[in-house]
Amino acid sequence: MRKGIRNWGPPVLLLAPSLVLVAIFVYGLIFANIQTSMTDRHSLASEGAFVGFQNYVALLTEGRFLHSLLNLVVFTVVFIAGTMIFGFIWAWLLDKGVNAEGVFRSVYLFPMAVSFVASGVVWRWLLNSAEGDRASGLNRMLQTFGLDFLQNSWWNEPIWGMAAIAMPAIWQLSGYIMALFLAGFRGIPDELREAARMDGASEWKLYRHVIFPQLSPIALSALIIVSHMSLKVFDLIMAVTKAIYQTEVPATYMWVALTSNDYAKASAIATVLLIIASLFIIPYLIHTMREEKRSS
Amino acid sequence: MSEATQTDLSSGVAASSSAGGAPTGKGSQFVLGRTAKYALLLFFVIIVLMPVYVLLVTSFKPPADVNPESSWGLPLRWPWESVNGGPTGFDNWITAWDALAPALGRTFLLAIPAALIAAMLGSMNGFVLSRWRFPHASLVFTLILFGMFIPYQAVLTPLVQMKTDLGLPSNISTLLIVHVIYGLPICTLIFRNYYEGIPIELMEASRMDGAGMLRSYASIVLPLSLPGFVVTIIWQFTSAWNDYLFALFLTDVQGGPVSLALNNLAQGAQLANYGAAMAGALIASFPTLLVYIILGKYFIGGLMSGSVKS
Repeated sequence: MRKGIRNWGPPVLLLAPSLVLVAIFVYGLIFANIQTSMTDRHSLASEGAFVGFQNYVALLTEGRFLHSLLNLVVFTVVFIAGTMIFGFIWAWLLDKGVNAEGVFRSVYLFPMAVSFVASGVVWRWLLNSAEGDRASGLNRMLQTFGLDFLQNSWWNEPIWGMAAIAMPAIWQLSGYIMALFLAGFRGIPDELREAARMDGASEWKLYRHVIFPQLSPIALSALIIVSHMSLKVFDLIMAVTKAIYQTEVPATYMWVALTSNDYAKASAIATVLLIIASLFIIPYLIHTMREEKRSS
Repeated sequence: MSEATQTDLSSGVAASSSAGGAPTGKGSQFVLGRTAKYALLLFFVIIVLMPVYVLLVTSFKPPADVNPESSWGLPLRWPWESVNGGPTGFDNWITAWDALAPALGRTFLLAIPAALIAAMLGSMNGFVLSRWRFPHASLVFTLILFGMFIPYQAVLTPLVQMKTDLGLPSNISTLLIVHVIYGLPICTLIFRNYYEGIPIELMEASRMDGAGMLRSYASIVLPLSLPGFVVTIIWQFTSAWNDYLFALFLTDVQGGPVSLALNNLAQGAQLANYGAAMAGALIASFPTLLVYIILGKYFIGGLMSGSVKS
């Protein structure tokens, strides 16, 4: 018993401040949030009587909320596809051996250092929906290249407008995915490639049977990181379009609900977001924890 | 494969300079491939830098010269020349500076302490969770880590409520506490991964010598921690600097950080003074960009440990 305390005591004491903070501000507040979501606190004055899952039922049958979910899905799909494609291509090009690799890498990665609010200023301009004579931004650029037919109203399009909103996000995060893939490429032992080449494998077969399988764990992490960022998308939308119906996602809807003091609705929306996020975060965390146990 | 992260990137970078050439012996086909490769890389550089070009040129255009036709062009005049006695290009920068300067100061007062405090706590946690392990350390770590993946919306309603109940001010002091707390998981993660590199035998030897946990931490681990601190502090500084979500929910423009002031400048200007907004975006991004340019290597280190872990 004494030994137990000697083992446990000091480390836990050192961890204690953080543990208490995380316990209160992560788990405690999540609990409080779920609690609020099950009341009828739709205004400041409301006492907040328990109503069970009523708010959730209302949300999931509400056209506006479903619209925000659909927007989120479109955004997520385009965002994931874009970052994975650019990230992979950049890493692949750089892995082939390039002079001044560091310069290219730094350029591709630099948008990560900028906030969505700052980049939103310029993207709002680039994605200006005016066409024809009044066009500026990307539409004006398309005219210059004789690609007038590609002009569109960007985020102002219903539903597919979310694909336009994903463009700044892709711009910002592709470099991150590149860095992940590059680390993956560099982690593949040269002998493995050599051996495959010795066996007369074609370049495509080398990728198909050696490189892609080696990269798949990285691709999986990248996928999880990008999707969880996608669920959180908020700053970008606020900066480019403000909280408007057309580009509404659950995160911005939650803000709208909270600013009108509808605590119950805001917390219900937030809980739905948390549940969606948990669906892939928890398996990911459990997986990493198991991996670790195996390796240690 | 998941161990191919942090360390491999830097070693990979070093290795790449020696592998700078390309597969040999393909003649003219190889030359074409080489040209195509650089052409592609340059094309992507142009795309990535395009928004920066727009920011720069627009910020130096006097409002009278900002119009759709010339929107992609260089400024029509020097930034100190005015149009018919109106504002000049430099006036954009002055407008933006006046709008952002107080918030810039506040954001430094927010981001620096937030980074230092969270890094210190993260270092202690990382040490205990990797080098002075106790039963179920992995589980405790995973529970802490969960806090970094949650959508913060899930805590914001009660957090706003808590702030009101406790009567906390709508300024950066409240935000500082919040950034320290929600920065803990990532800081712990970075340090835990970093300390995996310290041989466990070193710790055991220290235990044998009768050194307690704190002595081992202070005399062995802490002196080796500088690179870990640089990575963590950069990461925390950047995320606190760039944060908009917590700032919007918990502060106001009068007492909040630069992200709020910038958004206010950009969206408050209904008459679309794009020039001032873009100058403001550049000013607000300058500190984090400077950190990135000077300490890019460490910035990437933070990115990597924010993802996969050993």
